[in-house]
Amino acid sequence: MQTIDLNSQTLRDLNASLQEQSDQTNQTAWEILNPKGSHAVAVGLDAPISVTVKGSTGYYCAGMNKQATVTVEGNAGPGVAENMMSGTVVIEGDASQYAGATGRGGLLVIKGNASSRCGISMKGIDIVVHGSIGHMSAFMAQKGNLVVLGDAGDALGDSLYEAQLFVRGEVKSLGADCVAKEMRPEHHELLADLLEQAGADAKPEEFRRYGSARKLYNFNVDNASSY
Amino acid sequence: MKDNGEKPAAPRTVPRQSWTFSNEVNAEIRRAAETGIYDIRGGGAKRRVPHFDDLLFLGASMSRYPLEGYRETCGTAVTLGTRYAQNPIELDIPITIAGMSFGSLSGPAKEALGRGASSAGTSTTTGDGGMTEEERGHSTKLVYQYLPSRYGMNPDDLRRADAIEVVVGQGAKPGGGGMLLGQKINERVANMRDLPEGVDQRSACRHPDWTGPDDLEIKILELREITGWKVPIYIKVGGARPYYDTALSVKAGADVVVLDGMQGGTAATQDVFIEHVGQPTLACIRPAVKALQDLDMHRKVQLVVSGGIRTGADVAKALALGADAVSIGTAALVALGDNDPKWEEEYQALGTTAGAYDDWHEGRDPAGISTQDPDLMARLDPIAAGRRLSNYLKVLTLECQTLARACGHNHVNNLEPEDLCALTVEAAAMAGVPLAGTSWIPGQSGY
Repeated sequence: MQTIDLNSQTLRDLNASLQEQSDQTNQTAWEILNPKGSHAVAVGLDAPISVTVKGSTGYYCAGMNKQATVTVEGNAGPGVAENMMSGTVVIEGDASQYAGATGRGGLLVIKGNASSRCGISMKGIDIVVHGSIGHMSAFMAQKGNLVVLGDAGDALGDSLYEAQLFVRGEVKSLGADCVAKEMRPEHHELLADLLEQAGADAKPEEFRRYGSARKLYNFNVDNASSY
Repeated sequence: MKDNGEKPAAPRTVPRQSWTFSNEVNAEIRRAAETGIYDIRGGGAKRRVPHFDDLLFLGASMSRYPLEGYRETCGTAVTLGTRYAQNPIELDIPITIAGMSFGSLSGPAKEALGRGASSAGTSTTTGDGGMTEEERGHSTKLVYQYLPSRYGMNPDDLRRADAIEVVVGQGAKPGGGGMLLGQKINERVANMRDLPEGVDQRSACRHPDWTGPDDLEIKILELREITGWKVPIYIKVGGARPYYDTALSVKAGADVVVLDGMQGGTAATQDVFIEHVGQPTLACIRPAVKALQDLDMHRKVQLVVSGGIRTGADVAKALALGADAVSIGTAALVALGDNDPKWEEEYQALGTTAGAYDDWHEGRDPAGISTQDPDLMARLDPIAAGRRLSNYLKVLTLECQTLARACGHNHVNNLEPEDLCALTVEAAAMAGVPLAGTSWIPGQSGY
């Protein structure tokens, strides 16, 4: 286990050490002490390493992550795992705004709640939230899957493209062009796999699926009031 | 009374067109009524606004000593990003190529921009939609735009860039997002942007994971941590509130501020946006320079000005007002072959004429530049077009040097406001230089 203590080492030391790791590294387990809400912790990683952050983080923890597994034993500030490409990020507590924003791949698991705009503009990432999510989540979401075991706030999936949303609890309101859709066998299968990966105790049949009605894909003046 | 007994016709007033409801205005009302959609087009503001043409250089005389045109050197090199970056961008000329996306432009057009810029010793810039091999491969120095949509954004390309430009706004549409209509979302463009083929792609007007300069400061920290503090980070703003936008960009940690006035072009947006939002380039420069001076950051954080730069005189005037460099977009496209009269027959078939063609979003560009149509794209030879762009950049530089020498400067960045006067009161006020024939600077000296 490699340990970096942010009480005595700088953020630059931390990220440079983690970014130096390659596919062949034998330093595969890392522990970060005393994050104390630091921003940009463990960003830009690109190696199959495991990083455990012992405490809460500020903005953009695990931003643009590739391959690595990053676990935050606390809460995460805005933009956790933003634009993640691959790998896994697990937040043991709650996450602030924009969790998983524009993520293109990998799995983001939030064991608590996520604030507003969770999964905004997501482009292929899978996000599983054990708790509830705030308003405007999955705004303009393009690809990937957002799974919510709790409730969703206002305007879920506004201006959605092809991302799929699965919510077990209540949805306060749907955004423009977002509609409830049929759960077919392939969706149950997909959901079962994501729930298992996320360690979530829930059954696929308890969820409803939401997606794009595709009415706003091309401009039509008769839909002007929806914009 | 005529011989046949009829009264002569009474004199009538001649038909008089309304200034308010001109033929052009009425035609637009009829078009809107017919289609139910606002006019979307490319380019920048077409209306006449105070511009660099309204300024003149004074030249050397009894009180200034000119440099010999062909014997005494006049430097043009400029370094951008000296504040924090380990590897600032060193350019041979103070003229860069502005961000224009693959998707709005064809692959060969992006390649031509890279070839032309590299040959002339300057940088080119990506756009919405990500980095293509055409432009990375042919651009010695490539600036990677970091946009609200994050289409095609990935950390590998971020690290392949020579600089990163965080786009907050652009002159054609400060406060507006982008759009790329379905005609241009072919398979390759759709894949790069993670979108279904053929949709009308909307680009958000705000970044998805930060909302103000305090957040942006942290976002820039993240970008620097991911790129190892090696490359400069620019912030691009539209010409809205140039003093505060520049000051806040410095506060957020920019190495370079790119300031784009309302004549700056776009691939496609609403005409009402282009013509009615933002300030002319001329009006933006001095407030931005003042902000840098007030923060003791002038020449430490570099200022790049864009929007309507066409000639070496425009370049020289922007530098004299305090910019460190300029950036060109529309002019670069014209140099490649955009709106060339040799395609007049085809422009006529599209209901327009050479010089006025601006329906770049429709993807039917006869010059093969703003299109994804394979047959049209093939019309642009990227090697020949790159050569034209290189020639044009060199002419701009020579013109700028000529003017700088005439004002007695051995480097184009030594040009200063005292080298200028203005032809109009408006231009004098905006540029902060005296009205020609007077010592009067409106708003600064007397009334």
